[in-house]
Amino acid sequence: MRELADMLSGRYGAREWHDQRKDLSSVTVDASKLRDVLTWLRDEAGYAHLAFATAVDEIERKVFRLTYTVHNYGTAHGILVHCEIDRDRPVMESIHRLWGQAWTYQREMREWYGIDFPGSPRVDEEFVLEGWEGPPMMRRDFDSLAYSDATYAERPGRETRDPAAYMKEKLYPEADA
Amino acid sequence: MSRPKTPYVAPEERAVPDLDSGKYLVMWQGPNHPGITGNMSLRLVIEGDSVVDCETHVGYLHRGFEKLMERRLWMQNFPLVCRIAVPEPDFNEYCYAAALEELAGIEVPDKAVWLRTLSLEMIRLASFLMWIGGQAGAFGHGTIAQWSVTMRDYVLDLFEELSGGRIYHMYIIPGGVRADVPPGFLRHVLETMTVVEQNLKDIELVMFHNAVMKMRAVGLGYIPPDWVDRYGITGPNARAAGFKRDLRKDRGYLAYPRLSFEPVVGAESDAFERARLRLAEMFQGIDLIRQIVDFLPSEGPFRERLPNPLHWKIPAGETYVAAECTRGEYGFYVVSDGGDKPRRVAVRGPSYTHAVSVMERLVRGVNIADVAGLMVSLHTYPPEIER
Repeated sequence: MRELADMLSGRYGAREWHDQRKDLSSVTVDASKLRDVLTWLRDEAGYAHLAFATAVDEIERKVFRLTYTVHNYGTAHGILVHCEIDRDRPVMESIHRLWGQAWTYQREMREWYGIDFPGSPRVDEEFVLEGWEGPPMMRRDFDSLAYSDATYAERPGRETRDPAAYMKEKLYPEADA
Repeated sequence: MSRPKTPYVAPEERAVPDLDSGKYLVMWQGPNHPGITGNMSLRLVIEGDSVVDCETHVGYLHRGFEKLMERRLWMQNFPLVCRIAVPEPDFNEYCYAAALEELAGIEVPDKAVWLRTLSLEMIRLASFLMWIGGQAGAFGHGTIAQWSVTMRDYVLDLFEELSGGRIYHMYIIPGGVRADVPPGFLRHVLETMTVVEQNLKDIELVMFHNAVMKMRAVGLGYIPPDWVDRYGITGPNARAAGFKRDLRKDRGYLAYPRLSFEPVVGAESDAFERARLRLAEMFQGIDLIRQIVDFLPSEGPFRERLPNPLHWKIPAGETYVAAECTRGEYGFYVVSDGGDKPRRVAVRGPSYTHAVSVMERLVRGVNIADVAGLMVSLHTYPPEIER
């Protein structure tokens, strides 16, 4: 895999190559070069299968880290290709012309994280959150518990326990606080 | 196999029907419809009795699992993950447990490896049995569905004996499995396999040598081989198109490298071929279960001791663990920031591709009566799309 890492580094300035397992590596590229990197991996290096694409909210660093997972069936090796985009201006180039299912992942990221993919089919349509009016729900600063408490009423007579405290009390009473 | 294939429509050619022309009818199929696998719906544009355009709509079963997991301790998520894909929950348990073990550097005892393999093969069989009932039912053979659901119940009896649960087993946990096999369990497994195998032979005779099934399924939902990589198609849908890809062989996880089997591969890539291939995989699964029972160590630990779950922090890192479920590649992408809760957990279900992008393309040009049969032939579970 060293050869592939060097190739990506030399051609596209890829960095932080890491071998997680013998069949899985990760690498980080600039967002502006991601489409080129994925195209090269697909067409030249045999990584023709896009398993999934998703985002991680790195709120402390004010970035979204996007992950595109590609797989080479010939070598049984996968790569997590990362890039980072500004959390305050979350726009990313669409890859829907590279893979036929990519638009769905992009539509999901648009709805769940508020990341825009200009040109991606149906990207502004609701995906799984029909009628949702709150902020993008997968962002770290969206507090689902506070939203739930503010939006829904408790059913009378129902007792709500803190799961961690209840688990400690019932299962591990000897555990340290 | 001489019937012409379903008219081929290039992926880029999306029809834009003029709905005001009076030529077309917009019709919703689902979310409550016997031909829809789970809770999702299809917005179909019909011309005569043929589908011109289709949009899939999901969201009826979104439960926010991935958000919920970010609020819970690593171990608290364990009873949550199995609920992501209802008919085949054990793959969630395995992928989540394996990802945590990899990040935390935990080795699983050999006996647990075999018991996990047994659990996954048993749930594969149960899932296929549920599918074949749906596939037969979509083509009007309701009796087969009654047989196969009965057989699935026998397999669920085994899960109840093993784990205490019929649908959600919560058996595969980080570090190993929750319990050893109870006395007499392996004998019950072998007895059940004999019954299921005999029933499958009956189903094969009734369903696959049936003129109605052939007339409706042969040629339906043809997936061109060049779509497989283009759309991320995996599992039986890819193997029926001639691709010898099976993560149990390619990744060689759990005890699969020590079992004797070869991926079943087809060529015709239509609904009939996919059904035939899945039936062959069911017979193969029974053989694999028998092999596992033969090889299962009688002694040894079945679980590695874990740190206190209330204070368990997993070192910072990320991984992606995938396994071959009945529909294809099922994977968990797990990110830890070194804390006691996941930073991010993303679930990759095969239905995400098959039920949305692929379904929308394949259904064009199909007779409206065959939409349900086509959808079942892709074997999709909407819960894993929405999570």
